[in-house]
Amino acid sequence: MKTFKLGGIHPEENKISDQQPIEVVPIPQTVYIPVSQHLGAPAKPIVEKGEVVKTGQLIAKGDGFISANVHSSVSGKVLKVEEVVDFTGYRRMSVVIESDGDDWMESIDRSLEIKKECTLESKAIIDKINEMGIVGMGGATFPSYVKLSVPQGKKAEYLLINGVECEPYLTSDHSLMLAKGREIMVGITILMKGLHVKQAMIGIENNKQDAIQLMTTLATEFQGITVYALKVKYPQGAEKQLIKALVGREVPSGKLPIEVGCVVHNVGTAFAVYEAVQKNKPLFERVVTITGKSVKKPSNLLARVGTSISALIEVAGGLPDDTGKIISGGPMMGRALSNADAPITKGTSGILIMTEKESKRNPTMNCIRCGRCITVCPMGLEPFLLAKLAENQTWDEAEAEHILDCMECGSCQYTCPSARPLLDNVRVGKSMVSQIIRTRKN
Amino acid sequence: MNSIILLAVLAMCAIGVTAAIILYIVAQKFKVIENPLIDEVVELLPGAHCGGCGFPGCRSLAETMVKRGSLENLNCPVGGKEVMAQIATILGLVAEEKDPEIAVVRCSGSKFNAPLKVLYEGASSCSFLNQLNVGESGCPFGCLGQGDCVFSCKFDAIVMDLETGLPVIDNELCVACGSCVKACPRQIIEIRAKGKKDRRIYVSCVNKEKGGVARKNCSVACIGCGKCVKICPFDAITLENNLAYIDFEKCKLCRKCVKECPTNAIIELNFPIAKEKLPTVSEVEA
Repeated sequence: MKTFKLGGIHPEENKISDQQPIEVVPIPQTVYIPVSQHLGAPAKPIVEKGEVVKTGQLIAKGDGFISANVHSSVSGKVLKVEEVVDFTGYRRMSVVIESDGDDWMESIDRSLEIKKECTLESKAIIDKINEMGIVGMGGATFPSYVKLSVPQGKKAEYLLINGVECEPYLTSDHSLMLAKGREIMVGITILMKGLHVKQAMIGIENNKQDAIQLMTTLATEFQGITVYALKVKYPQGAEKQLIKALVGREVPSGKLPIEVGCVVHNVGTAFAVYEAVQKNKPLFERVVTITGKSVKKPSNLLARVGTSISALIEVAGGLPDDTGKIISGGPMMGRALSNADAPITKGTSGILIMTEKESKRNPTMNCIRCGRCITVCPMGLEPFLLAKLAENQTWDEAEAEHILDCMECGSCQYTCPSARPLLDNVRVGKSMVSQIIRTRKN
Repeated sequence: MNSIILLAVLAMCAIGVTAAIILYIVAQKFKVIENPLIDEVVELLPGAHCGGCGFPGCRSLAETMVKRGSLENLNCPVGGKEVMAQIATILGLVAEEKDPEIAVVRCSGSKFNAPLKVLYEGASSCSFLNQLNVGESGCPFGCLGQGDCVFSCKFDAIVMDLETGLPVIDNELCVACGSCVKACPRQIIEIRAKGKKDRRIYVSCVNKEKGGVARKNCSVACIGCGKCVKICPFDAITLENNLAYIDFEKCKLCRKCVKECPTNAIIELNFPIAKEKLPTVSEVEA
């Protein structure tokens, strides 16, 4: 079985909700749709207060090359376009829509019938994906069409599809593969056509046997798609680690996967691409896992973008009494929320609720130089050193030690026996170093 | 036996003498001629290398002072007037008159005024917390209380008041070098004039949100009502983005704005306690 070699950890899997079917969440009364749900420049709102919009209508247009369109997730009246508190507690520009039912745009094909044939050309496919506001659904929310636009002089050889879902607790990709396997396959063929590649590989971790079996049987219907079972190891779902595991190539420091002829997309993205190209449906809903050991009904919910997190928690049986922390994303890379009424976005793959006991950090102690953080770092960095350099604010040295190669997987902090805030400090260093590099360029 | 020892001693002496001659010649040839005044000025400077003057270290300031031949825009905030006067006499120049300055924390969002809404347990670093989320009180502009300013201070002039969760600046120790201003990710700390008898008046808030929103998180936030702007007889207060700012160069410390402020966002420091007017006898009788 394939896997990546360097580093990695084995956290408790805790996939509590993996047998739950996808459940549709009722449409909320008001949705708050942030205009910046992706990496890159925020989109520009094009609707005004009082305007009536339909489900799937464009409400904010992407601004610049790295940006994405945002569409309405309900039909109704625009209440206001203003700054709304998001999950970090800061105020971000959002479009607030009061829903009056669910009146979809006529152009969207709402039938459940699977359309296998795609007649569009490569260029048209990429334009369509851009128009429909598709972003990477794995969590990084990088605009998908940018990944598909291969720069001149480079050639894509492999399309890698990420069904790894290595984060503990999260099961949204797993449930999506089980429910919409055939659609995902069609999405992959569309992506292959868009990229002009002949081979696609799907990587799924070995703890999802049912998904591996289903996808393997489905793959026989399509040409050039193979499914690989991967050894369970965190962070296999990271782009560079997946390439290493499946193709055996290493992406050079500071470069993109296209440098080694690979393009990686998530299964969720493949499904969104299928819906966008074949059904003309923009990205305005996604599968969100609501989970946690104390949650009454851990579930996988199909929710509209802009639904508040507290509404989703209600569907999953309400907020448990001993909640200590609510996390957007998984326990390894997610962020603790400071506001539970914040809306979900295109990148919210899960909401994890931790009890008070679980959420407490162990007291920080001195570094004992055991070197465990170095052993587990999948990028081959020295986290203890980077954290120290960032703490001492020696940015030049931190840059020389490749602090920017850190992908913030959190393996170092997870494994540290002294419970040192390694990743926290590395994050400070990363933002400072990238700021310094930016000013140097200008 | 004796001759061996003698030979060794003589050989060592010979090597020593040759090396000394070579070193002397090299030292003469590559001699760095430096103005002796620089060393004298460095002696006078405090030697904290804090960067408050804008130069990387005291020596670099001394070099510039000696080379430029005038003391315009050159000032050691740590040494203050006395040191500058001494340097001026050595160099035969005139020191620029500069009023003493001090760092001021423009936030009153203590644990009482701005109660905690979430609990933060991560690395104790304001710059990290600032990019992670809004902070424990929910105010997107207020003090985060992790003490980046305290660590940045080389003079131990800032301490964290554990009761309020806000940094406190020591009147005597602060030299206005400005390192805390750079360390604060939210630009809360400002260098202001120290004022006569250390008396200062400033708006202790940097929140640019609308009044109602700001007040939700903090009871002493500036709500941008503009009352202080109207009452100020010296046009020292400006209102921009829902936030009042007192220009310390125009302010005459009359304290009218302090009484006018409905949220107590304007703070007066080191003023004597105002004497309460005792009711006169006729008033009591009536």
